[in-house]
Amino acid sequence: MASVEERQFRVEPFPGGTPGNQRLVEEGRLPEYAVVGTRPIRHDGTDKVTGRARYGADIKLSGLLQGYVLRSPHAHARIVSIDTSKAAAVPGVHAVCTNADLPSASHRAGDLGEGVVDWYHLNQNVLANDKVLYTGHAVAAVAADSVHVAEEAAKLIEVEYEVLPPVLDVREARSADAPVLNDDVRTDRQPVGEQGDTPTNVAKHFHYEKGDVDTAFAAAELVVEREFTTETVHQGYIEPHTATALWSPDGKITIWTSTQGSFMIRMQVAELLNVPSSKVKVVPMEIGGGFGGKIAVYLQPVAAVLSRMSGRPVKLNMDRSNVFDATGPTPGSYMKVKIGVDADGMITAGEAELLFEAGAFPGSPINPGCMCVFACYDVPNGRIDGYDICVNKPRSNAYRAPGSTHVALATETIVDEICEAQGICPVEFRLKNAVKEGDERVDGVTYPPVGMWETIKAVELSDHWQSPLEGPHQGRGIASGFWFNFGGNSVVAATVNEDGTVSLIEGSTDIGGTRASISMQLAEILGIAAEDVTPTVVDTDSIGYTDVTGGSRTTHATGLAAIKAAEDIQAQLRQRAAILWDVDAEQVEYDSGATLTGPDGQSIGFQEIAGKLNQTGGPVVGRGSVNADKHGGAFGTHIADVEVDPDTGKVQVIRYTVVQDVGTAIHPSYVEGQMQGGAAQGIGWAINEEYYYGDDGRLHNASFLDYRIPTCYDLPDIETIIVEVPNPGHPFGVRGVGEVPIVPPPAAIANAIYQATGARLRSLPMSPPKVLHELLAADQ
Amino acid sequence: MAKKRIISTSINGDSVEFLAAPRQTLLEVLREDLDLIGTKEGCSNGNCGACTVILDGRPVDSCLVLAVEVEGSEVETIEGVAPTDGLHVIQDAFLGQAALQCGICTPGFIMSTKALLEENASPTEDEIRFHLAGNLCRCTGYDKIVRAVQQAAEGETN
Repeated sequence: MASVEERQFRVEPFPGGTPGNQRLVEEGRLPEYAVVGTRPIRHDGTDKVTGRARYGADIKLSGLLQGYVLRSPHAHARIVSIDTSKAAAVPGVHAVCTNADLPSASHRAGDLGEGVVDWYHLNQNVLANDKVLYTGHAVAAVAADSVHVAEEAAKLIEVEYEVLPPVLDVREARSADAPVLNDDVRTDRQPVGEQGDTPTNVAKHFHYEKGDVDTAFAAAELVVEREFTTETVHQGYIEPHTATALWSPDGKITIWTSTQGSFMIRMQVAELLNVPSSKVKVVPMEIGGGFGGKIAVYLQPVAAVLSRMSGRPVKLNMDRSNVFDATGPTPGSYMKVKIGVDADGMITAGEAELLFEAGAFPGSPINPGCMCVFACYDVPNGRIDGYDICVNKPRSNAYRAPGSTHVALATETIVDEICEAQGICPVEFRLKNAVKEGDERVDGVTYPPVGMWETIKAVELSDHWQSPLEGPHQGRGIASGFWFNFGGNSVVAATVNEDGTVSLIEGSTDIGGTRASISMQLAEILGIAAEDVTPTVVDTDSIGYTDVTGGSRTTHATGLAAIKAAEDIQAQLRQRAAILWDVDAEQVEYDSGATLTGPDGQSIGFQEIAGKLNQTGGPVVGRGSVNADKHGGAFGTHIADVEVDPDTGKVQVIRYTVVQDVGTAIHPSYVEGQMQGGAAQGIGWAINEEYYYGDDGRLHNASFLDYRIPTCYDLPDIETIIVEVPNPGHPFGVRGVGEVPIVPPPAAIANAIYQATGARLRSLPMSPPKVLHELLAADQ
Repeated sequence: MAKKRIISTSINGDSVEFLAAPRQTLLEVLREDLDLIGTKEGCSNGNCGACTVILDGRPVDSCLVLAVEVEGSEVETIEGVAPTDGLHVIQDAFLGQAALQCGICTPGFIMSTKALLEENASPTEDEIRFHLAGNLCRCTGYDKIVRAVQQAAEGETN
């Protein structure tokens, strides 16, 4: 094959999209599929546009009680006593519980797929024991005839607190004289595996090193070192957390909830309530957004305990302020990053010190942050230190490419500075330094075939990049980003119906159209229409263990399971045709037109043989079970045009293009939707989203009015260019889509603001007061 | 707690009587008492628009309306949008343009869109974005929602 630089590319509209939906096409290479790459109506669509889809809060059960959770008004306090007697005496109250009603937990690690938890800490997070560690930390819960009775009763619970000083900033929290949140936390040094011996807020320290960093920096033509800060932000899903539980007298616990992973909820509930996982059935309701924030349990075990105490099913719903106060978020950070280049603009060395907020308990995405900071470029010499640091904020959770957005702000704005200093076009710099197959990351991982270079090429060829800016105070920036993606465990079972359709069941909850993308892969293999597959997401008793819908894994891994199920169906149908024709199954072919052919010219279509299954041995059920480990990493490069109001510092994004290597787009509309939605979240993170705390540690903006996520009036059209560098680890080349698009926006916008104003922003959010401050400083 | 009152109203064209305590919102009564769960709760304070219904021709956040206030009014919810023989042109457009991902905000967007197109049959993109700014979506970035509204407007004027 020709080297990548010699290959010919063009950008053209992606069939079936609007003019803003494009793709990068390589001359002479266009994949040919019947179903993959088309845009069928999603299978669950009608239920969702008619209001019939049932989300977490929509479950109704006879005898259902409603609950209310009492939460801490303090950011950091010792619980001296809790008296629930007045609440329990309120007419209509059926149960009141505290941490004392949970089985005691021990220090052991549990893997939730997008992060590791310590069961002892998760127990404390679900209901505080001897300390509260953030405002909104759950302290007690009430179940009553109505939510209003429960709320009024909860306010009668008397909690005596000994208020302690909070610590909110990572740099303060790691100092020796900072208040320590958790007496049991010791610094865990990785990858060496050493443990500290004194209580500390620094839960983890990751260290990676490659090459000779100090010599490389000393020899570099140009070295740029900068400091960055970002604030705590929330995933901002529109559906609040909710859980309904029934603890039956036979010992079985059923949980109805909206979650990214029903099996993860099963595992956590079983562990925290000390029951076998087989005693817990999780029924996944439709989920109203998650983005990483709906994996860990909050309400589920509490609802189960209230059900056990009351003998009735119990529903717990959070309101929006609870969601902001006590769930999510993703960490605020402090970062110091240094990059050196030679005279030709080739990166020779990189160094990073990254401090991420863990929140109340250890578990920030600091390790992925370390692995992503230099992931887009071939960095021959590198040193990375990352710290996971407890502060008095909610326990942090995954949020779309967790950790990568933070570090991209640092690396990508430094790259922009280097380009300016050396007089190199940012596109050319990235084409020269982009990682390719065989390059080794600083943390030691060697890349398989990846599409970083191709995303830059698509930027270069795009109408957006080639169009001039049109007004004063406007600027354009680009930035790249990386996410690993994930494989993991998935199971699919598919039953052939007598009318020639297939009923598919899966354990992956569908947040953004994966029923369609899974069904399409099965349909492609079988040669039938996507509409002839009926997908259903089922409960944990009805399908095999399936990992979370997260890590951009579902279309890749559950898709692989669907492909295996389809191949299983093909094999079984060949046997059935062999019976009909009295030949050997090896002599029967299954062609892509969904027709089985025999050695003597026999032929039967999928629909016809589907009607003959009962006469040839009974129903056919295809089975696919995978533990996928060949997920391809994915890169994106974004172009942002901004206009900055010089009087107010307000930044308006006026044109935006998302370029991303997706491997292969199964359903391009939902691929574009992921790219657009991720970019919108990144734009919100860049420009105005932040947790705003008082010095007392109270969150001051726990509402959608004050924690303002972008509205449609804030955003421009978001153009997309899909790049398809196939992942060799998947038959159709799927990499995964969901996470990368949130990574580049803050850096791309910071670079655009610089071009528009001459001010370098190194602190998120780039809100009007901060931008105005930088504009005034730049003027002086 | 104050006593419940009998409220007489029209919901999706049907005459409905229900009991409501003065503290209950229209959203709570729709979801908890009338089993109209298609109207969604995202914030309970009028910030997100997931609970949008059409009250006497105007889009409102049903979490900001007390149930007792709808005496004698006409309420339209997502359950009343589709005709008996298929989907409304707006619903078809949302499906065709893939204008939903998780779908929790979709009923609210469809109700706001319906109110917009009843008032202005061919809105500009700026008018669409302005009118829908009270409905939050965290999944889509709004691009495909705007396309769906444009498609619905074209469908309605044809």
